[in-house]
Amino acid sequence: MKKIFLLTTIPALGSLVVINRVEPYIFGLPFVLFWAICWVGLTSLFLIVAAKFDPANREEE
Amino acid sequence: MNAALLVILFFLVLCIWLGLQARKGKEMNMEQWSVGGRGFGSLLMFFLLAGEMFTTYTFLGASGGAYRSGMPPALYAFNCFYFVIAYWMLPPIWKYAKENKVLSQSDFYQKKYNSQALGILVAIISVVAVIPYLVMQLKGLGIIVSEASYGSISPQMAIVAAVIAVTIYVTVSGMHGAAWTAIIKDILILGVVVFMGFYFPFHYYGGIQPMFEAIHTAKKEFLIFPEQGLSISWFVSATIMTALAFYMFPHMMAGIFSAKSGKSLRINAGVMPIYQIIIVFSLLIGFSAVIQVPDLKGPDTDLALFKMAKLSFDPWFVGLIGAAGAMAALIPSSLVLTATSTILSKNIYKVWKPNTTDQQLAKLTKMLVPIIALVTLFFTFNGGDSILTLYLMSYSFMVQLFPALFFSLWKKNPVTVQGAFAGMIVGSILVIYSTIAETSLATLFPSWPNVIKDLDIGLAVLLINIAVTLGVSVVTRKTAASVNDDADISNPA
Repeated sequence: MKKIFLLTTIPALGSLVVINRVEPYIFGLPFVLFWAICWVGLTSLFLIVAAKFDPANREEE
Repeated sequence: MNAALLVILFFLVLCIWLGLQARKGKEMNMEQWSVGGRGFGSLLMFFLLAGEMFTTYTFLGASGGAYRSGMPPALYAFNCFYFVIAYWMLPPIWKYAKENKVLSQSDFYQKKYNSQALGILVAIISVVAVIPYLVMQLKGLGIIVSEASYGSISPQMAIVAAVIAVTIYVTVSGMHGAAWTAIIKDILILGVVVFMGFYFPFHYYGGIQPMFEAIHTAKKEFLIFPEQGLSISWFVSATIMTALAFYMFPHMMAGIFSAKSGKSLRINAGVMPIYQIIIVFSLLIGFSAVIQVPDLKGPDTDLALFKMAKLSFDPWFVGLIGAAGAMAALIPSSLVLTATSTILSKNIYKVWKPNTTDQQLAKLTKMLVPIIALVTLFFTFNGGDSILTLYLMSYSFMVQLFPALFFSLWKKNPVTVQGAFAGMIVGSILVIYSTIAETSLATLFPSWPNVIKDLDIGLAVLLINIAVTLGVSVVTRKTAASVNDDADISNPA
């Protein structure tokens, strides 16, 4: 439970951090935009892993 | 009648046909109509809840926002906070709803707090919050269809036609109709938006980086957060506020209740962010318009995407974009209409007239659909706000329901009925006041630092709401020591 909670707090906090700069461009995107997009992907990753191992899934069945 | 219009019409007819097909082989009782018989698996759930990410807002609001104010509204369009909230909050909500046969979001409050009056208050607040949301969708729809028809259909006429279409298929098949049309809609939007998101930067600027560099040279400060106004502090507070409000909407709750298991909701929370990636392309479209069509002002900025499309493509393709956009407005509207009419009939009318039979209730619910649609039409024709403004207004109302729900999921609910009441009422009144008087924290406290001045007003009101909710709860609990600690145990029905 505790570990899974941590797993989900990382994207919650990370996505709210703004790196407010244009350079360097990454894949043609200004850094601030690239950073935000990264967190969208990471959120997905963290949550899917959490969902996979969440003991609550078993309790429900 | 031009090619664009024909394409839009084709998809509109397809939508209605699918809606009618969806009801086949199902007996349309109240539970089927409102929450799809509670049997939607992961995949259908995914389309249903994720469909909510692909609305007029994604299509016009995000590109328009990027066009108008650059990076801040662009980043606001990604909201990872949604999903973390979804992960933790939705399974317990779903579980309680299933065990207690909850059909609507205000049922949930009514049963948790064992108070019909609270159910009614929640119903009223939701209906009030849903109106600007529907207005936003319809306004977007009017813009889309009228632009895509090259002005041969006025926005007013487009809106009226759309309201008729959506009313027909919601009345006939409820939640089932929405789920299946959502799939076509998503595929269409995905194709159209991704294509344009690549095409415009490469066609007009020779690539994505050259485009951003051109914008950066032409408009300094456009690609970063400013010191004040739409600052980082606005971004963080508006993001949190919207995420908390997102699942309070009656149609979102109805979506949650349609799930088959808590696990399908958890997995869904993890998969949905991938869907959001598509917004990137919507943003690229908005940014590409900054230099190409520089003269849009005020609410017209929401047209950025269409101006670009008409500048670049043949009418039939503009029609395809129009159809995608129209569906982006129609599906969420139909979900909202289904949920809102369920609430009005079940949580207000039935309380008032408890003898109503289930058949009568089902009939009434369907009759309410066109009535709500008409009320929305009235407001759509009488307001001039941009899509982002309407969006934030609707969410500010909805988030006022958050504290009572959140605390009710605790093992020992610290909030009393009186506390829930007081918080919601104070919160809603403050939102109404700030909307009418157009206050923000900046106008209230001009001398305070920017970090506080730029905070989203909805979130600020939410904090007051929480304080009132807990404060009143402590007082009422002390005076009436006999109040039940746990609505779960005292009211299993």
